Parts: sequence; C-alpha cells; structure tokens
Amino acid sequence: MTETDTTLGAELVRRGVSRRALLQYASVVAAQMMLPASAARTIAAELAKVHRQSVIWLSFQECTGCTESITRSFSPTLEDLIFNFISLDYHHTLQAVSGEAAEQARETAMKENKGKYIVVCDGSVPTLDGGVYSTIAGRTNLDLLHETVENAFAVVTVGTCAAFGGIPHAKPNPTGAESVASLVKDKPVINISGCPPVPEAMTGTIAYVLSLGRIPDLDHLGRPMAFFGETIHDRCYRRPFYEKGYFAKSFDDEGARQGWCLYEVGCKGPVTYNACATVKWNSGVSFPIQSGHGCLGCSEPDFWDRGGFYRPLAASTSTKTGMYVGGAAAAGALAGLVATTVARKRKSAAVASMAQPAPEKAESKEG
Amino acid sequence: MELLDFARGPAISVALAIFVFGTVWRLVALFGLPRMHDLSVPRPGTPGPIVAGTKEIFRRMWPRHEFSQLSMFSFLNGYVFHIGLAIIVFAFAPHILFLKGLTGLHWPALPNNVVYAVGAITVISLLAALIHRLTSPVLRLISTMNDYFSWFITLLPVVTGLMAASHLGARYETLLAIHILSVCALLIWFPFGKLMHAFLIFISRGTTGAFLARRGIQF
Repeated sequence: MTETDTTLGAELVRRGVSRRALLQYASVVAAQMMLPASAARTIAAELAKVHRQSVIWLSFQECTGCTESITRSFSPTLEDLIFNFISLDYHHTLQAVSGEAAEQARETAMKENKGKYIVVCDGSVPTLDGGVYSTIAGRTNLDLLHETVENAFAVVTVGTCAAFGGIPHAKPNPTGAESVASLVKDKPVINISGCPPVPEAMTGTIAYVLSLGRIPDLDHLGRPMAFFGETIHDRCYRRPFYEKGYFAKSFDDEGARQGWCLYEVGCKGPVTYNACATVKWNSGVSFPIQSGHGCLGCSEPDFWDRGGFYRPLAASTSTKTGMYVGGAAAAGALAGLVATTVARKRKSAAVASMAQPAPEKAESKEG
Repeated sequence: MELLDFARGPAISVALAIFVFGTVWRLVALFGLPRMHDLSVPRPGTPGPIVAGTKEIFRRMWPRHEFSQLSMFSFLNGYVFHIGLAIIVFAFAPHILFLKGLTGLHWPALPNNVVYAVGAITVISLLAALIHRLTSPVLRLISTMNDYFSWFITLLPVVTGLMAASHLGARYETLLAIHILSVCALLIWFPFGKLMHAFLIFISRGTTGAFLARRGIQF
C-alpha cells in the first residue's frame, strides 16, 4: 500500500487512537461547525475512510506567524494528528527539501492530484510592478498562485494577509499587496482570517472538508460561519461589565485588574468576528482580552488602518475633525457677518427711502 | 473603505463641520441683526428685560392653569422625550467616549441597560408626539414638512442605536455604521430646520418676556 492509499482510520489505529477517541473528536468538530449531534457519527465514519489529502501550502508576503500558530496547536491531539495526516507536499517552513527539488515536489503533487488537491495560502500577493517584490524560485507570487490554483479542488487562505491583504496591504501598500481571495475567482476560497488564525478554526475546517467533501457555510467575507459567526464582544467574559458601564480607563488600572471591559482603551471586539473568546488559545488557556489587552480586530479586513488600536470604537477616526470644525466655525461666523451687513444695509436703505417723500406723489399733490 | 470606516471617519467629520458652520452662521446672523429701538415708555414698576426674560423662560416650562387640560400631554410628553434624548446622548458610555474624543471632556456613564430602557421610552414618546400632531386638527394645520422631517431625523438615530445595541436586522458593524450615518444626517439638518430651537428657544422666550413686560403685561 502506498502512502497516499493509507486511510486516516488505519493511521489512527496504527498510532493507537481508539474509535471512541475519534468519535469524541468528531463530536467536537460537529459542535464547532454548528452541525447536529447526529452528524458526529457521519464525520467519524467519513474521516476514517479519508485518504491522505494532498495539500500545497504557498507562502507569500507573510511573517510565518500563521504556520507558527498552527504547528503549536494543542499538541499532541487529534487535530494535530489530522494536520500531520495531510500530505503536505509543499511548505517552505516545514519541508525538508529546498531549491529545485522543492519546486519539483509541488509540480508532482499538482500533476498526481489534479483537481483534488487543496491549496493553502498564507501571506498577501504583491501585484505592483509585475509582482517583483516577492518571488519564489525566480517566479512572482502572482504567477505561482495562478499556476497552482488552476487545478485545485479548493483554496484555503490562512491568516488575514492571505484572506484580506493584512499588514502588507496597509497604507501606503508599497508593493500593491492583494489578498489571495481577490485574485482567485474561479475556485472556492475559504478564508481563515486572523493574525494569526485560531488553529482549531484551521483544523476544524479541514476536518469538515475532508469528512463531508464540501465547503462549510461561509459568511460574506468567505469565512466559516462556525468560527466567524459571532463577535468577540458577544462571547467575551468581560461583556457583563460593558453592560454595567464598568470600563478600564487604562491598562493595568484597578478596573483592568478587576476584569472590566476594555472598550474605552480601544478594544475592537464588538466589530470583530472570530472564535478567540470561545475556543481560545493554547488548549483553551487564554486569549488576548483575557491577558489584559483589547482585541485588535485582526481577523477583519484592513484592521491596521482603522484609526488606531487604542482609539475607542465610538470615537471618530478622523484626525482632522478639529481642523474641519474650526474652519467651519470661522466660515459660519463670516457668513453670519455678511448676512448681518446685508441686512443692515437694507434697513438703512429702507429708512432713507421712508424719510424722503416719493417725487411722483409730491408732484401729484402739487397738481 | 467599508461603510463603518466611512461613517467613523469622513462622514462624521463633515457632518460636524456642517453642524458648526450652520449653527454659528445662524447665531451670528441673528445677534448681528439691527435692533428695533422700542420708543415706547416702559410701564412703571415693570422689571428690567433680563429679569422679565428669565421669568418668562421659567413660566413657559409648565402650562397655564386655563390650558392645562388641553396642553398637559404635549408638555409631559415633550419632557419625556427631551430628557430621554439628553440621557441617551450624554449618559451612554460610547457616546461619552465620542464626545471625549471631540472635546477631551468626560463624565461617568449610566449602565447600558438603563440607557436602552430610556431609548425605548423615548421612541414610544416620539411616536406619541407624532400621533398627537396628526390627530390634533390645529397642530396638523400648522405643521409643515420641516416639522415632520425634524421629527423623523430625531427618531432615526434612537431607533438605529437601539437596533445596533440589540443586533437587530443586520450585522453589528453595519448597524453601527447606519447609526453613525443617521447621527450625521441629524447634525447636517440641525441648524437649518426646526431642531435649531435647541439653541433659540430660550432666546425667543426671553425676548418675548422682556417685550411684554415693558408693556406692562402681567401673567
């Protein structure tokens, strides 16, 4: 039996994972993906039958934080095993080979799994000046992306850079960075945004695709509803303090220590959709708000350019409001003075005309 | 740029600028108008214009006994939605943060749930005001589009704010953007419509009081 013929069920048996454990994992996936409990059995049965899925991981303008995040997920768990089970045929950080051999591995995977392989992308794609700002093996990211996705089954973007452009896309965007989702039009694209994304969102989505063979329900930004269906604010444990009006005024003040809401210090939880507040990080230990910092809104498009991380959501993002208002007050005063002057002149003219008798009337009286 | 970014950025800045421009323009133009010199001799024993004007401002805050049955609803309902609007604008934490961003001033907020309840009461009160206006023959006769539009533009931010708070009808960020844009519409309309009474009501009442007192009219 070749490596690609191995099923996940056989692999799990080989590693000593019981069927009960697989069922438990399937139940968790079903719950995470908002499926009925009865779906757990189907997921477990289908996962056991799944063959090694070829995955080509393309890294563009990125910091490798997304890979760091995923490889540091709840190890050693079933999610980790599934991640390991994937035939990761091309990945800059994890692959052993380099140079031409690496590119050959990608080409071989594309040829042998035509129409079936999944392309995972992290990082945005530079498009300015022919995309010269990031090249791999002498080819631009744009060229590599188009070639690789041509015969893919689906594209999964990992991280906000790939999903929405992220930090490279931030103003002034010197490389003309674009999201993968904006460049791939003819394939299903699943966006797992975040900087970095929650590892379970990644593994849960892959488990869903592997077991059910279809794309999960996505929101209007192409993100799985199961993980991006609710805001951080709605599921935040500090939410009751928001409702009571208890806000930390600065980091590490008494309110912050008491766990009060971080809205006033710029938390973007109310407009950020992600699973941080529920799934959390490092085996459910914590998430940024729990460790005392407001949400940056990193899973949302253009989070870097939304008026500053520490400016409250309720405040205007414009830095020129004072100038506009000052100018408007001066212009208003001028307009008022002009109106007053005109009114005074009219009155003076009216008074003057009333003081002198009309010549025609005078003439008629004389006549 | 998404709708929320537009609302929080250029839209609110431009709306504030128009609000300030229109308000300053109208006030400067009003106070700069040439005054009509009252050549009549003041009745003996009448108070000066400041005292008379101040008395008139307070006197008009409650209906006269003769008209109490007729106008009590308008007075009480008016108090409900005016106080409600003041609580919503000045006692809701996110609104205080908005004002803090503009002026640097801030003060304690009320619990959100209290403000939500006040918001609901304010909406009911504003609807009652409209029904009263539509069902009263005299009020209907003297009402213009200015009155109805001013009512609508006042109601809109309260309704959209409550919708945003309760995530009703759309995603929160969309509702928040619509709410901010409705506030922008209110700010733009404010100086040019009947809402300007917020600045002018005490001036007009005081002026009327001083004018009547000079002629010896006593209430």
